[in-house]
Amino acid sequence: MNRDGRDLRAERGPVLRKGVGVSPSGWFDPRGRTIGGWAFAVNRITGLGLVFYLYLHLAVLSLLLGGADAWNDFLRIATTTVFLLLDVLLVFGLLYHGLNGVRVALIGTGLVPGRERALFWAGTVIGTIALIAAGLHILGDA
Amino acid sequence: MHTAEPIEKVEGPSKVTEIRRFRVFRYKRGDAESHYDEFDVPVGPRASVLDALRWIEVHRDPTLAIRHSCFHASCGTCGLRVNGREGLGCVTFVRDLGTTITVEPEANIPILADLVLDMREFYARFPEQHPVMRASEFLPRAVPPDGMDGYERFEDCIECGLCLSACPIAATTDEYVGPAALAAAQRLVEEPRGADTVDILRWADQPDAVWRCHAAFECTEACPAGVYPAERIMDMRGVLVEGGPRRRAPVRTAAHEGARP
Repeated sequence: MNRDGRDLRAERGPVLRKGVGVSPSGWFDPRGRTIGGWAFAVNRITGLGLVFYLYLHLAVLSLLLGGADAWNDFLRIATTTVFLLLDVLLVFGLLYHGLNGVRVALIGTGLVPGRERALFWAGTVIGTIALIAAGLHILGDA
Repeated sequence: MHTAEPIEKVEGPSKVTEIRRFRVFRYKRGDAESHYDEFDVPVGPRASVLDALRWIEVHRDPTLAIRHSCFHASCGTCGLRVNGREGLGCVTFVRDLGTTITVEPEANIPILADLVLDMREFYARFPEQHPVMRASEFLPRAVPPDGMDGYERFEDCIECGLCLSACPIAATTDEYVGPAALAAAQRLVEEPRGADTVDILRWADQPDAVWRCHAAFECTEACPAGVYPAERIMDMRGVLVEGGPRRRAPVRTAAHEGARP
């Protein structure tokens, strides 16, 4: 926006945002969204989830500072079915964010114009197959 | 809550067949916060949301501020959010909606009153190089009336603001110039008509311009004029990635495929 537009902000009325509340939550409004809007929203949610997981992972690794007993106690929790289901959820987040990232990169650089929906469904098929394989592997011994 | 008069007393060109409840966003300058008013509106099978809003204005609340002009999706002034979805009030039909219909102003653009927006910030997003009107190539031999030098035409964009309202990124930052401005810039790159494409690409090649888009394509879905803003943004990225303008296949337009309904 140019300088004139910024100057107008001092005198403007309220700005309606999507979703609940104001920015930054305004990026998500489930009403009337199309595939692209949902793809964007889920990409952002999985991105936030992966950032959360990164710090959680570092916190879990810090248990090693407590010695072998602390780590072994954690492993007893980490091998429960509920925890393994969370691992499957993590794989979903990784697959979705990664595959959608490739999709956005292909169309976002103008290299594959006009194929955003086809790429989305191709990624969905690949991701679903990979997620099923990962789920079977993770939960196989549960 | 405002209730409808008996159906038989309602006058109008359309036959009234049912009553729909409208939840209408209300805000006036000086109000501490916005609220919604409800109106029961008699509608016919061909009634548009704009028809219903005008009925409310005439029969129930003359203080309801609405903006409209052409009634046939050409002027872009009646852009609204109906049940959360962007659309022009004049071509959004009540029969396609639920029994309770929520009408709000477009998002991401400042509100003047009720459903009327302050469009100055919207226009301020456009690149200064962008010509709003240009000489018409469709009427080269037509003789204009007295007082006119010639015919001019708008680009396909009707500047309704629906794309900016639908854009999830525009909801997170006012610095993003938005789909309409970027589509206008891409049109200059695609068909310069004497414009400096290096200058316009420099304008577009900024974090808050072409690179802020996250490819949700909601702008293209919302556009009632077949401008395809998202495709134009992606095309301009392609030009920038390749290091400058070159001859590319033009982005599809309403003229190619027919305007979206």
